[in-house]
Amino acid sequence: MDETKNVTAVERPLWPTEETSEGSQELFERSKTSPEELGREVGAVLRLPEGPIIDPTQIDIERSDDETMIINMGPQHPSTHGVLRLMLELDGEVVLRTKPIIGYLHTGMEKQAEDLAFIQGSTNVTRMDYLAPLYQELAFSLATEALLGVEIPARATYIRMLMTELNRISSHLMWMATNGMDMGSTSMMIYGFREREMILSFFEKTTGVRMNHNYIRPGGVAADLPDGWEDDVEVICNTVETRSYEYDQLLTGQTIFRQRMEGIGNLTAEEALALSVTGPLLRSTGVPWDLRRTMPYCAYDAVDFDVIVGTYGDNFDRYSIRLNEIRESVKIVRQLLAAMPRGDYRVQNAKVTPPPRGRIDQSMEALIHHFKVFTEGFTVPEGEVYVAIESPRGELGCYIASDGGSKPYRLHMRGPSFVNLQALPLLMRGGLLSDAVAVISSVDPVMGEVDR
Amino acid sequence: MTSVITPPAALEPYPSTDGVGVATIAFVPRSDFRAVVAALKADGFEMAADLCAVDYLTFPTRSLPVGVVGERFEVVLNLLSMSKRQRVRLRVQVPAADPVVDSLYDLYPGTEAMEREAFDLLGVRFAGHPDLSRILLPEEWEGHPLRKDYGIGRVPVQFKSTPGPR
Repeated sequence: MDETKNVTAVERPLWPTEETSEGSQELFERSKTSPEELGREVGAVLRLPEGPIIDPTQIDIERSDDETMIINMGPQHPSTHGVLRLMLELDGEVVLRTKPIIGYLHTGMEKQAEDLAFIQGSTNVTRMDYLAPLYQELAFSLATEALLGVEIPARATYIRMLMTELNRISSHLMWMATNGMDMGSTSMMIYGFREREMILSFFEKTTGVRMNHNYIRPGGVAADLPDGWEDDVEVICNTVETRSYEYDQLLTGQTIFRQRMEGIGNLTAEEALALSVTGPLLRSTGVPWDLRRTMPYCAYDAVDFDVIVGTYGDNFDRYSIRLNEIRESVKIVRQLLAAMPRGDYRVQNAKVTPPPRGRIDQSMEALIHHFKVFTEGFTVPEGEVYVAIESPRGELGCYIASDGGSKPYRLHMRGPSFVNLQALPLLMRGGLLSDAVAVISSVDPVMGEVDR
Repeated sequence: MTSVITPPAALEPYPSTDGVGVATIAFVPRSDFRAVVAALKADGFEMAADLCAVDYLTFPTRSLPVGVVGERFEVVLNLLSMSKRQRVRLRVQVPAADPVVDSLYDLYPGTEAMEREAFDLLGVRFAGHPDLSRILLPEEWEGHPLRKDYGIGRVPVQFKSTPGPR
């Protein structure tokens, strides 16, 4: 560890731009850790109004180095939900400090996005959060449309809402399944995947693939809903709703499950806000913040649903929120089913959307537009935009800076899991190592989105 | 840091493309950055929703308001007020010769990972950050890939303890 790491503005040296020697990413013994970093690793996040950090030594986990043990968990650990690596400082079985080490799934998607035209962009961003791929596509499309200034047809908006709400159900089902498995309920694991399969089959029918759809694109959606979609969606709604009560029966009253969930991983509203935590984690602390309600996008101001909030900010609240959000999403899907407008599923603007295949044989102009859209892509006016939507994991933001060309100059995705992971040291402090698994699960990180 | 803290009301609003007036955009001088953010925090912006950096090396002609000199890097901070249901986006110009910005870690601890990401991918440093190490790339990685002058495909894979062919 070099001393240049914690420089203040006063003694800051002039850094040469090319200088790239960094400190280590790992967790070290207390004697080698600076007080600021120690405070971060124990999750001392609250600041006094005057500004100073709460002294980490005030927290009753002061230990000398020979009393504690630093262990490594992951990245190949079955319950870290992907390739999350944690370094934990333990006293016996009690977790004192935590440091999440990420990047094992980094694939440079933001860099790649700068080399892909806007029309190709959603194939790239959809691979970030692979459990909720339609949300990335939606955020990217909304941001591109905001820059373009195009208004998309009502049917396209409703199809987008329908698909993303179904995606929320499938994502939460997946969470219920893996959380059940982490808690030792392997039957929940099977049930969650069983119902998710129905939704994925519907996605396959609509978009052609089960994951990474590239279905929501700038200008609308790729294809209209298939014939008979109303029946499929009706069956999904009825099944998921009925079975959500079965999960309730299986888990909620179950003594072992409750004991492992209640009062574990506590978070207060102030801590959650300080750590920029969003989504079910934030709502579990009692903050009724859901972008669908508070800053509506698409047509969420036209549907009726409840924002589920918790009280104690523990694992059990987060479980209840996700279970009830499945039901709320079913409620929204039913309303969308009844209110689905007729019309076009993408904007008929030849500069943005390719012309229908049939027109190409008849019209020279259609052929030219088709060629231009697929070779060069459409150009987007200069500007920058930040669009945020509520993904199953929290605020999913898409920041695009455009230089007026056909490719984004800079694309940045604000992954909710990436930010939510910062709450881990706080959630785990003072808990048992066996509860760490439950806490990771309740944060619901998707490493594809964390590492991008 | 300037002695006069710019009150949030004095922020120069800039036309926003976000639609329906969701966000106010303001350009803040680097020296005032921390003070402005502190004032905004006191004004009810509870959360730092997002922080990222942009390298404008190949696009120096971007449109900026009068009086703002475009530098190579730009740090973009999104603040969110839940009580007012507002967003503010602060854009800070950071020169290439001295790419350092004050860290916001002690105001908003949630910017910790975002600052590390901006440092890792673009090489913008944050003075006062408790642990400014790489977050997404391996420790030994050389260069900052999201910079526009970073060679794409220069070295396919860098493994630990293997010196790359550079």
